[in-house]
Amino acid sequence: MPSDFPILSVVTFLPIAGALFILIIRGDGDPAIVARNARGVALLASTITFLLSLELWFGFDKTTADFQFVEQAEWIPTFGISYHMGVDGISVLFVLLSTLLTPICVLASWEAIQTRVKEYMIAFLVLETLMVGTFCALDFIGFYMFFEGVLIPMFLIIGVWGGARRVYSAFKFFLYTLLGSVLMLLAILAIYFQLGTTDIPTALEHGFPPEMQTWLWLAFFASFAVKVPMWPVHTWLPDAHVEAPTAGSVILAGVLLKMGAYGFIRFSVPMLPDATVMFTPLIYTLSIVAVIYTSLVALAQQDMKKLIAYSSVAHMGFVTVGIFTLNQQGIEGALFQMLSHGIVSGALFLVVGVVYDRIHSREIARYGGLVHRMPLYSAAFMLFMLASVGLPGTSGFVGEFLVMVGAFQANNWVALLICTGIILSAAYMLWLYRRVIFGKLEKADLMGILDLNRREILVFAPLVVLVLWMGIYPKPFLEFMSPTVERLIARHQAAIADTPPSGLSSLVGESWQAIETRLR
Amino acid sequence: MDTAIVVLPLLGAILAGLFGRWLGDKGSQAVTCVPMLISLALSIVVFIDVALHGNSRTTELFTWFASGDFEMSWAVKVDTLTAVMLIVVTGVSSMVHIYSIGYMHHDPSVPRFMAYLSLFTFCMLMLVTADNFMQMFFGWEGVGLCSYLLIGFWYDRPTANAAAIKAFIVNRVGDFGFALGIMGVFYLFGTVDFETVFQAAPGQAGATLHFLGADFDALTTLCLLLFVGAMGKSAQLGLHTWLPDAMEGPTPVSALIHAATMVTAGVFMVCRLSPMFEYAPTALDVVAFVGASTAIFAATVGLVQNDIKRVIAYSTCSQLGYMFFAAGVSAYGAAMFHLFTHAFFKALLFLGAGSVIHAMSGEQDMRKMGGIWRLIVVTYVLMWIGSLALAGIGIPGVFGFAGFYSKDMMVEAAWAAHSPIGQYAFWLGIIAAFMTAFYSWRVLFMTFHGEPRADHDTMHHVHESPWVMLAPLVVLAVGATFGGIAFYDLFVGEAMHGFWRESILVLEGHNTIEAAHHSPLWVKLAPLVMGIGGIGLAWVFYMLRPDLPRLLAERLRAIYLFFLNKWYFDELYDTIFVRPLLALGYNLWKSGDGAVIDGVGPDGVAAATRNLARRAGRLQTGYVYHYAFAMLIGVVAIVTWYLFAGAE
Repeated sequence: MPSDFPILSVVTFLPIAGALFILIIRGDGDPAIVARNARGVALLASTITFLLSLELWFGFDKTTADFQFVEQAEWIPTFGISYHMGVDGISVLFVLLSTLLTPICVLASWEAIQTRVKEYMIAFLVLETLMVGTFCALDFIGFYMFFEGVLIPMFLIIGVWGGARRVYSAFKFFLYTLLGSVLMLLAILAIYFQLGTTDIPTALEHGFPPEMQTWLWLAFFASFAVKVPMWPVHTWLPDAHVEAPTAGSVILAGVLLKMGAYGFIRFSVPMLPDATVMFTPLIYTLSIVAVIYTSLVALAQQDMKKLIAYSSVAHMGFVTVGIFTLNQQGIEGALFQMLSHGIVSGALFLVVGVVYDRIHSREIARYGGLVHRMPLYSAAFMLFMLASVGLPGTSGFVGEFLVMVGAFQANNWVALLICTGIILSAAYMLWLYRRVIFGKLEKADLMGILDLNRREILVFAPLVVLVLWMGIYPKPFLEFMSPTVERLIARHQAAIADTPPSGLSSLVGESWQAIETRLR
Repeated sequence: MDTAIVVLPLLGAILAGLFGRWLGDKGSQAVTCVPMLISLALSIVVFIDVALHGNSRTTELFTWFASGDFEMSWAVKVDTLTAVMLIVVTGVSSMVHIYSIGYMHHDPSVPRFMAYLSLFTFCMLMLVTADNFMQMFFGWEGVGLCSYLLIGFWYDRPTANAAAIKAFIVNRVGDFGFALGIMGVFYLFGTVDFETVFQAAPGQAGATLHFLGADFDALTTLCLLLFVGAMGKSAQLGLHTWLPDAMEGPTPVSALIHAATMVTAGVFMVCRLSPMFEYAPTALDVVAFVGASTAIFAATVGLVQNDIKRVIAYSTCSQLGYMFFAAGVSAYGAAMFHLFTHAFFKALLFLGAGSVIHAMSGEQDMRKMGGIWRLIVVTYVLMWIGSLALAGIGIPGVFGFAGFYSKDMMVEAAWAAHSPIGQYAFWLGIIAAFMTAFYSWRVLFMTFHGEPRADHDTMHHVHESPWVMLAPLVVLAVGATFGGIAFYDLFVGEAMHGFWRESILVLEGHNTIEAAHHSPLWVKLAPLVMGIGGIGLAWVFYMLRPDLPRLLAERLRAIYLFFLNKWYFDELYDTIFVRPLLALGYNLWKSGDGAVIDGVGPDGVAAATRNLARRAGRLQTGYVYHYAFAMLIGVVAIVTWYLFAGAE
């Protein structure tokens, strides 16, 4: 491919083009034809997008930490706003994750969605554009538009094609995330007034004064923490997942949850080093609570999707710990865990979707003994369950373990406490699996349940391959990240060396010392 | 060739697992058994080359992790320690594979069973050939997974499912320690490669590690954390509760995983890490203490169980305790020796028990057996050999069954350690030896002798197992008979140093095996005397005066119940962990997420907004005079304010 080919823009906006195509489908008034064509176009558009995006996998230079495939054009020059796209080792794999999951989602919705198919497919393609754009944008205005824009199609997907309480969930999701984002907008304005531009690389180079860092950090935190979601602002997630259609859950867990963590690692850590050091204890605490608290809550769930949703919060707790360990294993582990979780939790929602399509219930007690009728399904479910539990040899293990290795170096209390997550996750996942898959097949309507069909095998196959590949030979994935992460850490250390740690961390440190001397 | 040993079972597992439907039962058995036997043959060649000729080596395959300094490869490391394990694992595994052809032939899921067995063997081989902590952890969790799958093999049974989950989770508790240990090793040494860590270990002796807010001796802390993993996998006191329940799995599984190989992984780990443990004397003491305590604990429980497999399971637990206390007094060679001989005779006993269960149409309760020895003579003889080896019977200086050599050596080494912990281990080991012999013969007598207690139908069906099941038993019986005398010299005798070479490190002054050879005669004879005493007592109890056990159980009811209920560990854990955590989870969900976070957060805000809107709405009554009145008040207020403000 020629070097000046605007690959990122093409990958970003090709789905929109597909959506426009769907819009003009006529079908002579026969809804069945319209639906069939809409599906076909959506699958085609998203598959082509994925194939094009593979250029990022093969063409990416893994030796440099700089932004690559950069495109820049003037947009609103008077305000220093430009159209600026580019990817580095942190973002490139998330672009690929988004482009991979979209065709899978289209395929997974093939039969499950029967009403307003055209609109549904349009929503998904628009969603893909916005997701990819979020990870590529190198200008705050562009980033904010993509980042917030994602809410709209997602809100519609939950609110229109969702379950019984879909409206409550959709609003809860929307308001929660919007509330956080408003504060981020303020932060972006503040940055603009400081710099006179909204260019992200420029902002990353700029050293903000420590007091300002604190406020900016908190404003970004408000937005990202909701997206991750971190405890205690996670309660929108179980509701949104439960009501969302299967594919909606896949994208929500697979990509949307990653945006918060991506924000932390793209903005908070490199741009606001002093504030990052100051608030690290806060992140650690919230993450540890997330891991233990939500794992315990997951144990008590009776709804499959809710259980997996809560487990997502716990897994994302590992990610946030990893990012703030600020060492190589921790950050690479966090990035890897994000990818792995994107695939594994997406796959688990698809797994639930398979039986939901057949029985129309998400209640765990409704099932039991599925292995008798669905051996292939049981095998796939087993693999994804084990990946979620973090069994060595699956992708889940690599990220989790690297995070813990990083955490042990940063603070071994943190490592010890999040390590309890590996016991609890085994407990709730194995228990779920046992109740759904094992046991006698006793329920009358399960007697005739069918195993995976060809389309479903096609949906799961790439995910199975990825889970094993990332678990057994994770090196190619880690190679993408290494130079960028190394530079991130080097810069961070240089930045905090200039200014002594202030605020919360020293406050906590001093009071701890005072307590210690008292005790002696 | 080394790689082939490891990969062949995986190949079998993939073939049987993915294509079992097309291969059928016979085909699946062939594609798993043949690679397994080739793997065994190669293992013997490698054993001769590596252990006897001293060509230890490591084959690196490809990179696994690469994140900064945290970097390691998949590798096949073979030294003497590994070579011994290769023989044990491939040997017992191939026998179990063949045995399963006969034992499982009624089962509808033969391909799945064979695939699991081979997958297990692959994971176990990955564990023993690891050249770094991470690959060991991979194998470690991998065998745990296979154990979970095989315990729950008959997934229709709720008890099997529960036992499978319990095994996985209890093992995860152990792995929690193991994982933290690995993190600590990386933190301290900057690598997880065995060679590098072992070379750096002496330099770290006495160093401190800031762990959980306090400074501890670094190596002791790490060794203890790693040992928690060993305790989980090897079912040591505290983390043993899963092993007896694991007997829900098919009997070949119990023989392979829960007797001969997987549960010994903990012992292997301590021996493999001897270059670290040697510099952490406190950790070694803990190992010895836990081992000795487990040996006696499990023996007491084994005395009173009625399920034939559970008796053998507790016996395994107890024998593992022996191995740990041997390792704990630095007698790694003796621990490995017992691991080696134990694999043969315990697999023999389990498979023999399987043969009995097969004959009795699936009955496992010994109270419903008896009087069948004439009907299944071969099994009966083989069980005798297994029991003789387990009890460590032999004529000193002439010949002894396998356990006679290995068990004596461990007990003597404990005595020769001349430390308080060594004495503790020695005396408990002696008492446990008595119990071991007692419960072994209790099994023999209750199962084979006396009046038949089974119903007529079952008795009518009692039949000897087919040769495909008996042949592996004979092979194992040969090992159980001659394994001790044949390998004594290499493992713990004259040739010991030339055999183990670099694979085990014993510091100067810790060499308890050497010292054990010079222990007094009464120490050497004590285990044997206790063993014969135990057999004698069992004969009195179950042959001469069969009414005695009942009488004794009634007289000592409290102790009997305490032993019968396994010291109430399960009940204790249920009360302090399982129930409270489940309740906590439920409450956090309903009260934490529901009432507090949602109540104060989104739902609260929404409710408040709605409330406000309703009140605002109530103002709009629609009566003109209300609005007029409100306007009037407004006008008055503004005018007043204007006047006052203007006046100043």
